[in-house]
Amino acid sequence: MLPTLNGRIQTRIFMLVVLGGLITLLITPVLPGDPGYSMTYTVLATVLVLGVGWELAYHGLMQWRWEKDWPTLFGLLNAINEGLLVWVLLELGVVPGLDSGVPLSTFLVMFLVIWVFIWIWTNGPMRIFNIRWRFFGGRLV
Amino acid sequence: MAVIDPSAGTVFPTPGAQNYLPSQPAAGDLTDALLATDWWTDELVASAGIPIVDVPFVSVGGGIGSFVTADYLRIGGVDTSQIRILSALDHPWETYEYLTRVSQIPRGERLRSDSASRPDNIWGFPSYAVSEAWRSKNPATLWQVLVEPTFADFYTPKAGFVFEQIEREAKRIRYDEMLAKGLVRVVRRRAGGGYFTILTPPDGATATKRLAFRSQYVHLAVGYPGLRFLPDLQAYRTEHNDYQHVVNAYESHEHVYERLMTTPSTVLVRGGGIVASRVLQRLMDDRLLRGAQTTIVHLFRTFIDGPNDGTGSSTPHPFMKRKGADGWAYQGFNYPKSVWGGQLKAEMRKLEGAERAAKYKVMGGTNTPYRRYWQQQMNQGRQEGWYQLAIGTVDSMTPHHGRILNQLKTAQGVYPLEVDFVIDCTGLEADIAEHRLLKDLLDHGGAGRNPVGRLDVDRNFELKGTVSGNGVLYASGSSTLGGYFPGVDTFLGLQVAAQEIQADLAKRGFGKRIGTVRSTSQWLKWFSGKQI
Repeated sequence: MLPTLNGRIQTRIFMLVVLGGLITLLITPVLPGDPGYSMTYTVLATVLVLGVGWELAYHGLMQWRWEKDWPTLFGLLNAINEGLLVWVLLELGVVPGLDSGVPLSTFLVMFLVIWVFIWIWTNGPMRIFNIRWRFFGGRLV
Repeated sequence: MAVIDPSAGTVFPTPGAQNYLPSQPAAGDLTDALLATDWWTDELVASAGIPIVDVPFVSVGGGIGSFVTADYLRIGGVDTSQIRILSALDHPWETYEYLTRVSQIPRGERLRSDSASRPDNIWGFPSYAVSEAWRSKNPATLWQVLVEPTFADFYTPKAGFVFEQIEREAKRIRYDEMLAKGLVRVVRRRAGGGYFTILTPPDGATATKRLAFRSQYVHLAVGYPGLRFLPDLQAYRTEHNDYQHVVNAYESHEHVYERLMTTPSTVLVRGGGIVASRVLQRLMDDRLLRGAQTTIVHLFRTFIDGPNDGTGSSTPHPFMKRKGADGWAYQGFNYPKSVWGGQLKAEMRKLEGAERAAKYKVMGGTNTPYRRYWQQQMNQGRQEGWYQLAIGTVDSMTPHHGRILNQLKTAQGVYPLEVDFVIDCTGLEADIAEHRLLKDLLDHGGAGRNPVGRLDVDRNFELKGTVSGNGVLYASGSSTLGGYFPGVDTFLGLQVAAQEIQADLAKRGFGKRIGTVRSTSQWLKWFSGKQI
């Protein structure tokens, strides 16, 4: 029911690659700012790489909780801290592989659509497709 | 009709027990030779005149544990003809409903169970909160499950809704076709592989007194071995023949609340867990909403007033620190949430022996959820003086002018306390050897005990030491507490066990693996209510 660190990282990678990849493919042509695929997929990859680091931080914080849980709401609100960090790095121009700046509107719409979609998916429908996933700490392998 | 023998050590009733205990000698009974033999041959059983029924899989118990296991197997493609559920119960929720109802969770009240712990739905999706919101066309439960536990109490489902949904699923998987009524006291290994499970059907239902189910697989989900009174309360009841004024929360005690509505009285409540919370809510609701004039004295043996853990330490490790106040240790559910899939589940799975027992100890201890409504009631009661706390134990109890005089032993000395009723909410569980079937397995079936003294099961819930040729004996539920997976005695725990058992059986060729395709197609059937 609650994931382990390993399971959270696996689930995050799987979700961002599969669902995030699919959503990016579909929404890039209609995003504001008219971005190219190389830009949106670079942003997606940045979210993924930083996300693994965030999981380590959340895991540390979780140790202070008796239940060793991470409430559903936290999973939604983590969009704020994670999104901010990605945006700051984009603004600082330290994200490799980007020729030009990413417009804020492009980033916001893309990031939030993917985040909310994955958050809903992992809190519900995901269980239909893999009955072992929720009892095995969110591990897929 | 549930019966309780007032002198028995357990308050746990056996439904219709009188029907299962024919006193006349009858054909096809267990013989001394059978009872003395650990491994039974087909000839030995036949020579006793006991008819043999062949079925590959037998589940003993017929409560929620048998139900969720049968549910998994049916979803895994096993036909009803391949499964028999041996049970004294007509419905899987019967015992559970009895226990929750008398301990003050009738159908309209909420259980202490997570939104995604659905015995009627192996996927846990949609969760109870989603279903309730859809049903009531009110998003309040969705909001609650979103912001829990930080900004609201944990969402928990109403007992009645849970039972209705189990009933729906039971019909869908054709549960009744698998049910064989009767009591089971003996499971023995069969020479040549598999097991014999001896069923005592209701008197007159069959030509012989016993039936022998010959199966390759047996699953045991017999529930609590027994629920005990505190020894001092039991002694008082027996000695003074008073079963009216001293009651256990797990026996029907509605007469107490009825008396309290008509006569201002004092009640002593003993215990600091969820049942004590529920009984207090009933007493306080009756006082605040219905005009009863009850004074409550609440006796804690262990008074918790700050951070705590299951070892009783008041300075627990910063990473294993539970909240507590006013006597209570607060925890949302029976276990810390991560035992059902997260960190604590993963950690426990690797531990053996004393280390495992120690981990159980740290996360254990009596606890109850923090619910805002209960906090308000208790605060009001403390301020107005009708909810009083005491810390200690009871030295002696004596009848005194129609009341009960307790000598309370506290840190400050012994004090007399006269009350009209005592409600025992301590929920002591009996040893597994007090259950006849489990004792027989320990004595004759090769079963052993785990580090906390219950049945020793492996990670796949196979009962260690009981293998019989190509046969496997599985166990799940309360009697297996202390294994590699904690939380066995909960809805989700029973489902975790059922999932492991189903997967293990599928590997052995009994039923199919529930992979993505089967899982998805079966969920669609569940969602549309299609019978399988």
